[in-house]
Amino acid sequence: MFRNVAELVELAEAKNCKISDIMIEQEMEITGRTRDEIVSQMDRNLKVMEEAVERGITQDVKSHSGLTGGDAILLQNYMKSGKSLSGEFMMDAVSKAIATNEVNAAMGTICATPTAGSAGVVPGVLFALREKLNPSREQMIAFLFASGAFGFVVANNASISGAAGGCQAEVGSATGMAAAAVVELAGGTPSQSAEAMAIALKNMLGLVCDPVAGLVEVPCVKRNAMGASNAIVAADMALAGIKSKIPCDEVIDAMYKIGQTMPTALKETAQGGLAATPTGRELEAKIFGIALNKK
Amino acid sequence: MKYKSVFDIIGPVMIGPSSSHTAGAARIGRVARDLFGRKPSYAHISFYGSFAKTYRGHGTDVAIVGGILDFDTFDTRIVDALSLAKEQNIEIKMTEEDAVTDHPNTARIVLGDENGKIELVGISIGGGKIEITELNGFDLQLSGEHPALLIVHNDRYGAIAGVANVLAKHQINIGHMRVSRKEKGQEALMIIEVDQNVDPVLVEEIEALPIVQQVVKINE
Repeated sequence: MFRNVAELVELAEAKNCKISDIMIEQEMEITGRTRDEIVSQMDRNLKVMEEAVERGITQDVKSHSGLTGGDAILLQNYMKSGKSLSGEFMMDAVSKAIATNEVNAAMGTICATPTAGSAGVVPGVLFALREKLNPSREQMIAFLFASGAFGFVVANNASISGAAGGCQAEVGSATGMAAAAVVELAGGTPSQSAEAMAIALKNMLGLVCDPVAGLVEVPCVKRNAMGASNAIVAADMALAGIKSKIPCDEVIDAMYKIGQTMPTALKETAQGGLAATPTGRELEAKIFGIALNKK
Repeated sequence: MKYKSVFDIIGPVMIGPSSSHTAGAARIGRVARDLFGRKPSYAHISFYGSFAKTYRGHGTDVAIVGGILDFDTFDTRIVDALSLAKEQNIEIKMTEEDAVTDHPNTARIVLGDENGKIELVGISIGGGKIEITELNGFDLQLSGEHPALLIVHNDRYGAIAGVANVLAKHQINIGHMRVSRKEKGQEALMIIEVDQNVDPVLVEEIEALPIVQQVVKINE
């Protein structure tokens, strides 16, 4: 059983296999289930992600508050116009991340990766990669096991809860997980996956959880967009051979400690940050004013 | 290790918008329902910390009531849980508490009817994962991921051995076990998480032990 990223990479190198294989083996060992059962369950989760992305980029999804919805479609249209500065692949990933979180905000069905508020990053990147690298279904499932392996380490050594560790623990973790999995799918080594995770997470450190009106909408949806783009850039950096000067496990530890010292007002209480801006407060009053009148 | 499975990370499949405030809340509500064992006539829910500040925005209220109605995290009926509870004549009361708790996402649930009541405290630790920290005044830790037996018994010698013998006879392996008591020699609680589902016959055999007062089986 691996307890940190160093052990995870070591195991994969010693067995000359992928990070995703190590995750599947560990799951078999812990649950006593067969490989087929575990892979099929992940396949079902992948299907849920696929449906959420599809719904978000094709249907007019609106949340109850009206704060979010429709941006994924705007981005898809913009991407197809060919005018995008950051490129089609990046726009595709970002719009699919947004799509997932718009569906989530509308109380639609999603798969938490690792949480619902950060559920857009991993599938956003994965379904954009599907267009670019044309992976098999097995490779897409492996992508989820690889990202799960890194998320597993973060969850057990730090936190994946915005209330406990801020947004860095949610979108930050998701970004690191996706970056590491991109590296594996693109043919990188296990240690390059760890570098990508470290680079991605370093760029998310300190990110606070300050949802307007306490809703998983503003700024959560757009933070998933940034997470998806950050993951791809970090993966490219690692694949280019760039290393993180601070090892991945130490970055995770730093994230945990930053989360512990972060004020409660900035940890999913809707009391600080963007939630406490004049406009944030105005939106909150408007949304709950309407809700109260309805009751 | 709090998180044991890859599906704690890539999962659960759920109704949005928050894994801790929606899916986790639904799971806490459902454990309460499991423990109560039947449809309650009332549910009194207290929210603490982040739950108290943001429960309306996150749908924590509908999710926890959905759980009390025995809905899973991905059950789309969660969205209408408040009106469904009303239809079933379940009186729902929600309170926002100011008290500071150990964990920011904490809920206390009291379920009851004319035949009895239970009170539990649950925390949502992230990614939809929960722990039950208190039951009827007893401190406990229950992940909600494995089948578990909660055994209320007299705090006397032989209680653990008696229960363990029954489990051994039925070839049930104990994954995790804790005992706690309110006061020496008084009512005590044994919490046993097991690897496989337990047969009702086994529950009856444990209940038949003279030292045991009540047995509840959850999370099948």
